[in-house]
Amino acid sequence: MMSDRVLGGVGLALAAFYAWAATIIPEPFASDAIGPDGFPMIIAAVLALSSLYFVLKPDPDPKWPALNRLAEIGFALLVMFGYAQVLPVLGFVFSTILITAYLTWRLGAGPLTSLLNGVGTAVGLFVIFELIFGLSLADGPLGF
Amino acid sequence: MDILASLGDGFSVALSWQNLALALLGCFLGTMMGALPGLGPANGVAILIPLAFTLGLDAVAALILLTSVYYGAMYGGRISSILLNIPGDEPAMMTCLDGYPMAQAGRAGEALALSGVASFVGAFFATWGLVFLAPALVNIALLFGPAEYFVLFTLAFATLGGIAATNQAKSAFAAALGIGIAMIGVDTQTGVQRFTFGEVHLYDGIDFLIAIVGLFALSEVFVFLEHRGQGESGGAAGKMKIGRLTPSWGMLRYCTPTMIRSTVLGFLAGVLPGAGASLGSFLAYSVEKQVVDPRSKTFGKGDPRGVAAPEAGNNAASGGALVPMLALGVPGSGTTAVLLAVLLTLNIQPGPLLFQNNPDVVWGLIAALFIANFMLLALNIPMVGIFTRVLLVPSHILMPIVAMIAFIGIYSITGSTFELTMMVGFGALGWLLRKLEVPLVPVILGILLGNEMEVNLRRALTISNGEWSTLFDSWLALALWTIAIVGFVLPIFLGKRVKKKMEDAAEEGPLGD
Repeated sequence: MMSDRVLGGVGLALAAFYAWAATIIPEPFASDAIGPDGFPMIIAAVLALSSLYFVLKPDPDPKWPALNRLAEIGFALLVMFGYAQVLPVLGFVFSTILITAYLTWRLGAGPLTSLLNGVGTAVGLFVIFELIFGLSLADGPLGF
Repeated sequence: MDILASLGDGFSVALSWQNLALALLGCFLGTMMGALPGLGPANGVAILIPLAFTLGLDAVAALILLTSVYYGAMYGGRISSILLNIPGDEPAMMTCLDGYPMAQAGRAGEALALSGVASFVGAFFATWGLVFLAPALVNIALLFGPAEYFVLFTLAFATLGGIAATNQAKSAFAAALGIGIAMIGVDTQTGVQRFTFGEVHLYDGIDFLIAIVGLFALSEVFVFLEHRGQGESGGAAGKMKIGRLTPSWGMLRYCTPTMIRSTVLGFLAGVLPGAGASLGSFLAYSVEKQVVDPRSKTFGKGDPRGVAAPEAGNNAASGGALVPMLALGVPGSGTTAVLLAVLLTLNIQPGPLLFQNNPDVVWGLIAALFIANFMLLALNIPMVGIFTRVLLVPSHILMPIVAMIAFIGIYSITGSTFELTMMVGFGALGWLLRKLEVPLVPVILGILLGNEMEVNLRRALTISNGEWSTLFDSWLALALWTIAIVGFVLPIFLGKRVKKKMEDAAEEGPLGD
């Protein structure tokens, strides 16, 4: 019950924000019948109506994972955000070893397997995509 | 026969060494992805689009590769259903019911071979259906003006949840979310910025590939993290005795009527808006059960017909689902939505004009489907053993690789940290929405079609000088509105019942097809 109410609340806020953002769209020089903000307003209305429905008639709650599992997902999310940031700095191979090893470890493998999978994946994908197919993956200080 | 001549031209396009090799690669990768629990056809195609694009393949070649993956995944889903009782993808859910009992009785090989043949029959005849039905539908679609197109898009969103949708508000919410995201960037009609808040990266809008790969592929990684350690699948497949790999002629003849009925049903389910392969296999199985075994004496206990029916049904449906996607440009299921993304990436606008402007693409694609079918039959009967090995690779090795391929794909088309960060954000959003049972397919479709929908609405209103009644002005528009409303309202009354039936029959599936 609660989850859907929260979703509905967030949805209503989003709809309000979206409608406001549609009102600040600059006025174009030449416009058509409904202009650049007409259709977004309809979308905001649909968003608001469906969100209102969640608040009034919520579904039963889903089974949320325990707190440690949520933290697990949160950390994985942070690691992936981090990967996007360090990729241009460390280069593809090193960043990929780190993140693959981390994910493998957190998905339940031992430390050695994780490291091997990290190195294997990074080198394997590098060989396939950069050396064979010629894509340009992120280059680090050593050129890979 | 114009159609057959065009098809002949299509074969001359598809039958080059490069294209044959790509089809084979696609079939192989697709079967593998279909076989692995958690990686369905939509995921499989999604992570390969950016790669096909950056590898510099031309339109026909890229399409051949990716549709082979699509057909392959539909074939592959059955492997883990039969061996592990875990559907490799949602449409393969029904195959567990009789496939797994057959495997337990030591007839795994027979079940695999029979389902391979059934998949072939379903897909092969559905592709013929596509050949004849799509051009016919094109003739109707040529009557569409902007108003009708707008209503057609509305129809697609209204019916996308399908008959088994339990909460239409969530489908509407998802669609609005997707369309809302599509609005970000420069307004193509007037050139003003919308919803960009001065962020340069957003001026061109959000690339739908980033959203698709994030929502589908990355969210899967989070799901695996959430359920780590519960129901590990590896290992069991190796111990299962496969047995003989060729179905006897007697068994094939015994199942022929089943395959014919299921193919027809599956194809129809695929063509109809908002149905897709899952419903195709469900319908095929339930109807077949009603016809040959109304008192459930053998169905559910390892009846070969219970294996043939859902496989013929789901593969026929996946062929049928291509009809509205190619002829109207409006996909009816998640995977065809992803295939639409392929076309848009290649700058090909699907719809009636596709058949006139790019006949080589359409007919080359259809010819490739025929070729892929024969390749899949060859891959799936004698070589099914290879794919059963794939099931032995544990998910902690596989999922990180999938995530990395997703990262490489998006990095190779954008080359920017900003887009990678956004993809991770979409991954988290996808996980959250899946938890809350908000369907992801309307979000994707909204991002893909949102702009096209708005353009048609604005064109229609410009033609009518701002009269909204233009949306209800022709019999065609009225007919489309009627279908849209019925399609949206019907599940409110029937959805819970149909869903319950499907769930009673099989366990929950991971993701829409």
